[in-house]
Amino acid sequence: MARGQLPRWVDYVLLPALNLLAAFFVSGLVVVLIGEDPFEAVKWILYGALGYGEGIGYTLFYATNFIFTGLAVAVAFHAGLFNIGGEGQAYIGGLGIALACLALDHIVPWWVTLPFAILGGALFGAAWAFIPAWLQAKRGSHVVITTIMFNYIAANIMVYLLSNVMIPKGSMQPASRNFDVGGQLPWLRTIFPSFDLGQSPVNLALFIALIACVFVWVLIWRTKLGFEMRSLGANPTAAEYAGISPLRITIITMLISGGLAGLMGMNEVMGAQSKLLLDFTAGYGFVGIAVALMGRNHPVGIILASLLFGLLYQGGAELAFEIPSITRDMIVVIQAFVILFAGALEHLFRPAVVAFFNRFVTAKNGQETA
Amino acid sequence: MTERLGQPQAGAAIAQSEIPAIELRGIGKSFGPVVANKDIDLVVGKGSIHGIIGENGAGKSTLMSILYGFYGADTGEIFISGKKAKIPDSKTAIEKGIGMVHQHFMLVDTFSVVENVMLGAEGGALLNKGIAQARKELARLADEYDMRVDPDAIVGELPVGLQQRVEILKALYRGADVLILDEPTGVLTPAEADHLFRILEVLRDQGKTVLLITHKLREIMHITDTVSVMRRGEMVATRKTAQTSMSELAELMVGRSVLLEVDKQPASPGKTLLKVEGLNVVDERGVRRVKDVSLEVKAGEILGVAGVSGNGQSQLLAALSGIIRAHTGQIEIVGHKLDLSDKHGAAVMREYGMSHVPEDRHKMGLINAFPEYENSILGYHGAQKYSKGLTLDIAAIRKEAEERIEKYDIRPPSTELQVAKFSGGNQQKIVLAREIECDPDVLLVGQPTRGVDIGAIEYIHKRIIEMRDAGKAVLLVSVELDEIRSLSDRIIVMFDGEIVGERGPEATETDLGCLMAGVRDGDQPS
Repeated sequence: MARGQLPRWVDYVLLPALNLLAAFFVSGLVVVLIGEDPFEAVKWILYGALGYGEGIGYTLFYATNFIFTGLAVAVAFHAGLFNIGGEGQAYIGGLGIALACLALDHIVPWWVTLPFAILGGALFGAAWAFIPAWLQAKRGSHVVITTIMFNYIAANIMVYLLSNVMIPKGSMQPASRNFDVGGQLPWLRTIFPSFDLGQSPVNLALFIALIACVFVWVLIWRTKLGFEMRSLGANPTAAEYAGISPLRITIITMLISGGLAGLMGMNEVMGAQSKLLLDFTAGYGFVGIAVALMGRNHPVGIILASLLFGLLYQGGAELAFEIPSITRDMIVVIQAFVILFAGALEHLFRPAVVAFFNRFVTAKNGQETA
Repeated sequence: MTERLGQPQAGAAIAQSEIPAIELRGIGKSFGPVVANKDIDLVVGKGSIHGIIGENGAGKSTLMSILYGFYGADTGEIFISGKKAKIPDSKTAIEKGIGMVHQHFMLVDTFSVVENVMLGAEGGALLNKGIAQARKELARLADEYDMRVDPDAIVGELPVGLQQRVEILKALYRGADVLILDEPTGVLTPAEADHLFRILEVLRDQGKTVLLITHKLREIMHITDTVSVMRRGEMVATRKTAQTSMSELAELMVGRSVLLEVDKQPASPGKTLLKVEGLNVVDERGVRRVKDVSLEVKAGEILGVAGVSGNGQSQLLAALSGIIRAHTGQIEIVGHKLDLSDKHGAAVMREYGMSHVPEDRHKMGLINAFPEYENSILGYHGAQKYSKGLTLDIAAIRKEAEERIEKYDIRPPSTELQVAKFSGGNQQKIVLAREIECDPDVLLVGQPTRGVDIGAIEYIHKRIIEMRDAGKAVLLVSVELDEIRSLSDRIIVMFDGEIVGERGPEATETDLGCLMAGVRDGDQPS
């Protein structure tokens, strides 16, 4: 068995750190291969992400996206469900947010629009997760398959809507019209002018994301529903014995998960762009899987993992700008290594670490009994 | 009921004197702290049908897995035809002439019979030669052993009995001299089982050796020449089938643990709290597991359900506790009449005053990854006293868990420790505390002392008696005869899903042993 065998700090700090180091090491080799200095690259990534106000702002901005999608994956994971549909749910959630903004932006101030936008995003995201959830609960169609399919369906619906329905007359860009001030979340640089955040679009959605983290923590570890979700995820037989309906929990969990993913549009649509854009999700929904895995499905871990990925996104952009031979594609390769080692190869170092600790612990116990 | 399909052939007796086909010496195997096989000796004569009988979890399958190379033994030696053998994997086992027919078939449903038979023995990159050879060989085997199967039939479309035949053919095609069959009749209809036994007899008469793993006594009596009994990882006896009886085997399987003294006054039963009528449970494979069971448990009495495990007791408990839905029948619990159309589920049953200590605490009663205090509310997590507004009242839950730890002497006394890290006895106490402290009217208890140390056994028994004396109706399912006899006020015996008899607690072990072997009142013991 895996978790629980090791001291907590090993599980939550040492192993992710080892995975990350391995990812950076291999990425470093790639940088060497194309004839650049990996240490120089690291320097530029760190400077780009943390070295100046605007960089920090962008890092936080990207991190906000990852928090929403990471939470979505984590919530589903606690109930033993693997929701890969964060991308599509975020996309459709963005539509809900945009509809609320388009309806209200010219009548009321932004803080009146805000609750409607949140509701719209969560409802639309949840609705998009509902059909896969229902199929899983009632028909046993695996959510991994159905949610992936629904990502494609979402993408194509949005192409249709943006280029045929929502596009303003005379415009050549497949996007909705720009929202008025009543449909725009304030950017942090206007709220906190004393902080130097440059031109970065980091906005109030950051705080919505943090509130969502608290919400998820309370839900999972402090409510009856969360208890039932975790029971189902940890031992479905025991859950049934305890009178927990797998059907009900599966559907509710997916709705919450989809709703959280749907809120990602608060940052991108209502926050940064002030309009609904084609492909605004840009893969953030998928990165959420890596974020949740790396953050051990815990809100605090997810915040940390989101910051890391935010740093890589922003620092990577800076790196591509400063060292032109490391192109944008190289940055994606480096990010992919992090996802590969932190996510897919999560158990790469575990057996060795477990063996090491077993020997260490047995040796110590042996000395005590001697 | 007592006639045999065929008497052991004379050839079998002669074979006994030769070098044994299989000999195991001192085989031991542990999985972590669990000892699955302990110092096992076994001699299987050439050309005989040798049964290995024991309850679920007695270690039969582990032993066979060692012989077939799935597991390596921790200790001991294996001799095949008198030669010492090392069997690191099943490929080696096959090379040494051992074939296995698993309980769950290892067949590709969408392949034809001939494709399945040659799977893993294709003999080259191109299939045409292999297919031709497999076809020829199949025809030969069909003639020799009278096992006809259409070589081009799709396996998934064949009835289960024929699928099993394909498995046997597969083993023979690979040159098996020793055939291991693991619970072969579990999935078969009686007619198919008879057919299988005829095939096994032909195989034996042609000089093959058959090892039959089962927990069904009747099969052992029907078909085997020799029988070995396993109990809790040990080989407790080997008998010539002709010289033993079902009731002796049943007793050997269940075993006599140390007789435990239970202090108990005569029961004073009150009104009926649990009444079951004509209950039938059909599993997902369509097999009837519980057949027309009717029973009554009154307030202030313990009704013991005895029987060799796997005779429908688990399904009975699951149906009564609301985990699975019965097929037909009616359950009346504390005045609430439930039939199949009613709202169902474990939560509903708890609401009506039923609590349930399940047979398998790891799979069902506990969530191993959760800390103690979270397990102490499992199933009752919706109760008002555990909630505070929209959230769970963690402080109250912890406080109550601490009180229970104190009251039930659960060690170590930690509410935060993962349940997996408690010993078996303490885990069982956690479950028991939860199911007793909710003050139910009806208590279902399954195998309350399985894998529990002596001290805890006594404690658990005392608690169960206390529940009875407090006027609760207790239904106790156990495979431990002593436990049943010392706790119950009335005993019913289940065999093959049916209740075959009822006795008082003074019933003798032999008497109960006969019932457990399926010999009904009025029948002559075999």
